[in-house]
Amino acid sequence: MNEPAPAMPISFTAGATRNWPLRVSLFILGSIALLCLIGPLVSGHPYDQVYRDYVLVRPSLFAHPDASEIDNAIAAIARRMHVHIEATRDGETMHLTLDAEKPVDPRVLRAFARSDLFAPAHIAATEDEGRRLEIDVPLKRMVFLFGTDANGRDLFTRVLIAGRISLAVGLLASFVALTIGVAYGAVAGYAGGRIDSLMMRAIEIVYALPFIFFVIVLVMVFGRHFVLIFVAIGAVEWLDMARIVRGQTLSIKQRDFVAAAEALGATTPAILWRHVIPNAAGPIAAYLAVLVPRVILLESFVSFLGLGVQEPLTSWGVLVADGARNIQGSIHLLIFPALFLGATLGALQSLGDGWRARA
Amino acid sequence: MDVSAEPLLQLRDLRVSYGATLAVKGLSLTVRRGETAAIVGESGSGKSQTVLAALRLLPRHAHTSGSVLFEGMELLTLSQKRLDSLLGRRIAVVFQEPMSSLDPLFTVGSQIGAVLRLKAGLPRRAAYARAKELLDLAGIAEPGRRLHAYPHELSGGQRQRVAIAMAIACNPDLLIADEPTTALDVTVAAKILDLLAKLKQSLGMAMIFISHDLGIVRRIADTIHVMRNGEIVESGAAAKIFANPRHDYTRVLLENMPRARRHARRDAPVLLRAENIGVKFTLRGGLFEAKRAFTAVAGVSLCLDQGRTLGLVGESGSGKSTLARALLKLVPASGRISFDGRDLAGLDRAAMRPLRRSMQLVFQDPYGSLSPCMRVSDIVTEGLRVHDPAISRKQRDTRAALALEEVLLDPELRQRFPQELSGGQRQRVAIARAMILKPRLVVLDEPTSALDRTVQIGILALLEDLQDAHGLAYVLISHDLAVIRAAADEIAVMKDGRIVEQGPTQDIVERPREPYTRSLLAAALQTGEA
Repeated sequence: MNEPAPAMPISFTAGATRNWPLRVSLFILGSIALLCLIGPLVSGHPYDQVYRDYVLVRPSLFAHPDASEIDNAIAAIARRMHVHIEATRDGETMHLTLDAEKPVDPRVLRAFARSDLFAPAHIAATEDEGRRLEIDVPLKRMVFLFGTDANGRDLFTRVLIAGRISLAVGLLASFVALTIGVAYGAVAGYAGGRIDSLMMRAIEIVYALPFIFFVIVLVMVFGRHFVLIFVAIGAVEWLDMARIVRGQTLSIKQRDFVAAAEALGATTPAILWRHVIPNAAGPIAAYLAVLVPRVILLESFVSFLGLGVQEPLTSWGVLVADGARNIQGSIHLLIFPALFLGATLGALQSLGDGWRARA
Repeated sequence: MDVSAEPLLQLRDLRVSYGATLAVKGLSLTVRRGETAAIVGESGSGKSQTVLAALRLLPRHAHTSGSVLFEGMELLTLSQKRLDSLLGRRIAVVFQEPMSSLDPLFTVGSQIGAVLRLKAGLPRRAAYARAKELLDLAGIAEPGRRLHAYPHELSGGQRQRVAIAMAIACNPDLLIADEPTTALDVTVAAKILDLLAKLKQSLGMAMIFISHDLGIVRRIADTIHVMRNGEIVESGAAAKIFANPRHDYTRVLLENMPRARRHARRDAPVLLRAENIGVKFTLRGGLFEAKRAFTAVAGVSLCLDQGRTLGLVGESGSGKSTLARALLKLVPASGRISFDGRDLAGLDRAAMRPLRRSMQLVFQDPYGSLSPCMRVSDIVTEGLRVHDPAISRKQRDTRAALALEEVLLDPELRQRFPQELSGGQRQRVAIARAMILKPRLVVLDEPTSALDRTVQIGILALLEDLQDAHGLAYVLISHDLAVIRAAADEIAVMKDGRIVEQGPTQDIVERPREPYTRSLLAAALQTGEA
């Protein structure tokens, strides 16, 4: 007690230079969150839009369609229309010359509009009583940064939409766990004695319930619903939080400033709110940073089993499961969602470690 | 002391820095064989840093430069292996807190034995026998039985004796004692000092004794080095420094005994009367162990008039703090307490709340009694939130500024957090928190014990001014008779939960009846004033 003075400022300055992992993880989390919020608005693809012509496209920075895709598509259309097509490309427009045995009905040109590669066609000239058509077909330019999935949906948009769901589940379920856990733990710890014992035994009973069993029961009773995930995860994850807060409360209530507040005549809720919870904030924040990734992982797990988010909505867990099924043919389906999930979990984890070290 | 004796340890231009902060600024001193050198200074003056730096025991991020010669060997550049062989064998250290310097998982005997086997190469059996001898030498009764005791089974004084026994195990040439008595009660501290002086004599060691208290040092030091802000401001033979201090700071340290106060006002009405107070704690037993009752306070009666100060003296564990909390009804107690003519016995928590306003508590440890998450203004005005919930935030802020001014603190400090304040400032904040409610009774639980002497004086003066200004009654708890004598009108001496002697300050100090009081006084006067 006699000479603690020099230690404090020193450790602070030393900490300032050593907290770069904290900053890096905050930066990663921030950019992922921002990307998930803004990305789907500017990606140009709705998350549930199916492009039948672009199934399992590889990730690339260049716009589709490329030359071979155009050739293939035109060949396919020509086969269906029973015509011979001569194509020349002029920038973003294709000049096509259709030759047929019989006169071509212009209505068959709808095949171009129906394709994901072309915009509706215009007839530039009709020759030989309709047996020869000159048409202009503008190209649709599309970029699939992360490629597309087995249904031809843009993976980039889907990963970001999934990120919204996963982060929302992570934050909301953690928030549920936080509020219930902190309130329960603080009350149990501060009350002490028999009330404490009773409350903690109750927690141990809930602990004994297998999580998946609990989720299945919920789904059986209420049907599949998005909100059920929050309820199920929140209902299980607050237990640890309550234990941690209780432990903290037990030690904080021995501290002199709590006794001082009692001597001032402060009420129990006031003491809990003003003294106990703020002083337990360090461990709570640290555990929260561990809790959020755990919840995201749990949600992924539940969704992986098919009990969570339903198609066409998706989450990182669903995408990873999807990618795992296609691992041989198109590994990008696995890599991108896993990359996002991993980066988020890692950043949250190191954030938690950093905070715990400070707490 | 023989001045011509050869130097054993020489520090030359020792500097310790943490980043840009200099903890020790170019310090030089010499310790000769058989000499006791004392390094004296207030907390933060760098005295512990100096010796830890010399032995290379500082944390990694500390940077040490200069030269440390032990018998001509440069310790700062010595290989770790050779330094390790020196430490424990030739140079031994006794730290302030014996509980933390002993390993709680091993018996005392095995810990001393480990030192002997490791450093002196004794076989197990011989080490055991020697450990017993050492405990006996360190003045522990029944050394054979104590060998098998774990540190937590010993009292603070016994633990410090064990630490000393461990330090002298290999007959070191130099013993470094870093505040060895600070964590102990006065009577125990006096005995430990005697022991150290005796051992030094019989073993012919040199000793470096670090302390914040010049009074303690006077009894055993040959030379004294007074440190301040990482520098030695004065050094010389002990007798010379006490007789003729040259530096102003030394004079401040020397004059630092609180003055006795004028004792006045005898006809005031009774504010607090307690009869037959008893406090029992039930210790929770283990699985197969019955619950045990522990009596902390038994049959205490006392009476306090308005505007006067009652000093409660006793060693740690004597039940002083528990009694104080019982008086404020913060722990359940038996017996009758009446405050201002009102019987408090039947009041529950809610019924006590309006009364809390007039009875306040100030704690010993200003580090622990202020919530680290709150700003000073919120801490100071917490009582107002309880008792005047109607007051607006802005009004509270003004009241906080006024309260801080009253305890002579800069009102600008109210935006700070407690960690940013010094110990003395924090204690003033704690006092302001109690005073803002305009109480009539304040229980001061060791309000100055965690503070340096110079700061103590200021706090005591402040308390006295506040008492005069508001007609406060104080219950002042302390183990330090010097403080009690300076501030109390009446003294009650507590031992083992009972009051053994009670009376006006002058009577108790000058004509103590109980042997226990006499031993307390003797210890306090020896170490305190001499």
